[in-house]
Amino acid sequence: MHDRNHLANVGMTHEVNVITNGLLDIPMLQMLAEDGTPHKEATLPELDEKTAKDILHAMQYVRVLDERMIGAQRQGRISFYLACTGEEAATTASAAALKPQDMIMSQYREQGALAYRGYTTEQFMNQMFSNEKDPNKGRQMPIHYGDKALNFMTISSPLGTQIPQASGYAYGQKMEGTDAVTICYFGEGAASEGDFHAGLNMAAVLNCPVIFFCRNNGYAISTPASEQFAGDGIASRGIGYGVKTIRVDGNDVMAVYAATQTAREIAVKEQCPVLIEAMTYRLAAHSTSDDPTGYRSREEEEKWRAKDPIARMKAWMTAQGWFDEEANAKVVEKMREDVLNELKRVEKVDVPVIDEIIEDVYDTPPWHLKAQLKELKEHISKYPEHYPKTSGRLNRG
Amino acid sequence: MAKMNLLQAINNALITAMEENEKVMVFGEDVGHFGGVFRATSNLQEKFGKGRCFNTPLTEQGIIGFANGLAAQGSSPVAEIQFGDYIFPAFDQIVNETAKWRYRSGGQFSVGTLTIRTPYGGGIAGGHYHSQSPEAYFAHTPGMKIVIPRNPYQAKGLLLASIRDDNPVLFMEPKKLYRASVGEVPEDDYELPIGKAEVIKEGKDITLLAWGAQIEIIEKAAEMAEKDGVSAEIIDLRSILPWDADTVAESVMKTGRLLINHEAPLTGGFASEIAATIQERCFLYLEAPISRVCGLDTPYPLAHEKEYMPDHLKTYEAIKRTLQY
Repeated sequence: MHDRNHLANVGMTHEVNVITNGLLDIPMLQMLAEDGTPHKEATLPELDEKTAKDILHAMQYVRVLDERMIGAQRQGRISFYLACTGEEAATTASAAALKPQDMIMSQYREQGALAYRGYTTEQFMNQMFSNEKDPNKGRQMPIHYGDKALNFMTISSPLGTQIPQASGYAYGQKMEGTDAVTICYFGEGAASEGDFHAGLNMAAVLNCPVIFFCRNNGYAISTPASEQFAGDGIASRGIGYGVKTIRVDGNDVMAVYAATQTAREIAVKEQCPVLIEAMTYRLAAHSTSDDPTGYRSREEEEKWRAKDPIARMKAWMTAQGWFDEEANAKVVEKMREDVLNELKRVEKVDVPVIDEIIEDVYDTPPWHLKAQLKELKEHISKYPEHYPKTSGRLNRG
Repeated sequence: MAKMNLLQAINNALITAMEENEKVMVFGEDVGHFGGVFRATSNLQEKFGKGRCFNTPLTEQGIIGFANGLAAQGSSPVAEIQFGDYIFPAFDQIVNETAKWRYRSGGQFSVGTLTIRTPYGGGIAGGHYHSQSPEAYFAHTPGMKIVIPRNPYQAKGLLLASIRDDNPVLFMEPKKLYRASVGEVPEDDYELPIGKAEVIKEGKDITLLAWGAQIEIIEKAAEMAEKDGVSAEIIDLRSILPWDADTVAESVMKTGRLLINHEAPLTGGFASEIAATIQERCFLYLEAPISRVCGLDTPYPLAHEKEYMPDHLKTYEAIKRTLQY
């Protein structure tokens, strides 16, 4: 009846042994040196030219998107934005190592994964302008994307909640017996939430095929990692939960790709969770409401700018003969135009009609919501100038 | 028909749901081989296997987080929180995640297949932490449904409806009645409607409204009042959210008086919401202020449990006051 004997693997000692942090060495997997040269000892994952280009382009796209949208926020065109700068390799190469049927449950800084899956500029914009074309119906702040077709679960702001959810989602995938896993992204700050502990422990005990992908980017808003935890990063916790663990250089596309590919293989074959801790750096501010000059130095940022994941990937691709500066410049220029044009076009699209305010609370609106909508519409029609976004279309457009 | 207590009715409903739909999975602390601390999940693991009925680690936020993910994936989780008093570590998962899942994704994703079962309420010498009635906290959360049965027949029909309802349901079980309440329950599959109150007894002088274990309290008080010549109408609200204001208002327009009884503390309790809505709808029909007979605004006490409870005598006195107003 009891499969797990809690003393089965406990050895014995006759001296007082104090186990300290650091006894367990968890090295960081790096395949490409910072200049893009492969380490001699490294066995690079098989990555064809097309996939390499797709990864590079997704990383570059996200950087373009981040620059433009921070600008748009500064101009007051959108209310909020949150950039992924510096973490493009971690979020993009990990997604590239998955299959399309794998579910992505992210935190909020993983637009690289979404871009890699093929989310279009128009889709990004519809969400950020919370307009009537947004399939999330304009109900959440910018960057809370979600897309059923791309198996990308709609983001929620509370930190770490997606971690036990990913365990449950993966359990369902296992019960269905499909070749699919769930990947769950979060930051090292979110790993302090109780949900992290709950999620990893449950996934380990209940054998869920889930990849926990921690972006250890050094900061939770202004709080540095040194004030977030005293142990050996997040990776050491995985071992404690009985979760297979890999620590990887998050700015190295090849290392992230190899780690995630291996994690996926283990998760599918052994039906168990795997934790990846990607060591990276949030070059961006936490969000457009944040100013990092108040808590970190320019020198520190410069040090990390030199580890730019995009430059490293370009260098490696150049050595493969897969990168042409001029052709790539055109690709990036096209991205810029695309983002700018869509931004201009989409910001004119209407917000959803007011009737949608009560939809999706339940499968069908109950009596009290219908009554409240009716009252609201009567009020809006009395003061139409005060509610210009909806008053013109009170009868469903 | 078979004689069942409330626990057996719950167990029977779970078996019915699991036999019908292999996506139904039951889990929580001690629910596996042991069958739950109250035995509501007895024999489910033996019948349906460890994959569909299993123990979880001791983490309520983990249980509901896991259940949310599992529901979003397309399964029908029935998650047990061992005591309603211990649901609060999962408050964030329920309020910010479960309840908003469909809304925030514009209907692309949903956890509508989720049911959360939890025993609630006092009368078992359980003190602060095995007696609370937390329904009002969750009634303040759009997106949730809250259902509370009063006897075995109601429990089976309402639980089956909750499991199959395409909205997340918090199903609160009056643990005082688990073994105390016994009645005839159909062995076949049946459902009772969510969001619909039930007029248990018709009357003309006053409407008595309660749910769960407090139904038998207001019934007892009504019997006492009847001897004084008072004809009381008794309503079981059954669903706290969405609640059936029409049935209550219709009754109050007839009787002109309303008394609401619940175990939870008075201030901010669900009776306040009912009173506000009914005075709005029935202002000109009311012969007396709406009366609330509830728990005290204290933590749930142990030694003074009997004094704390909104019992039949307090209810009887409130009926008299309302009629003499």
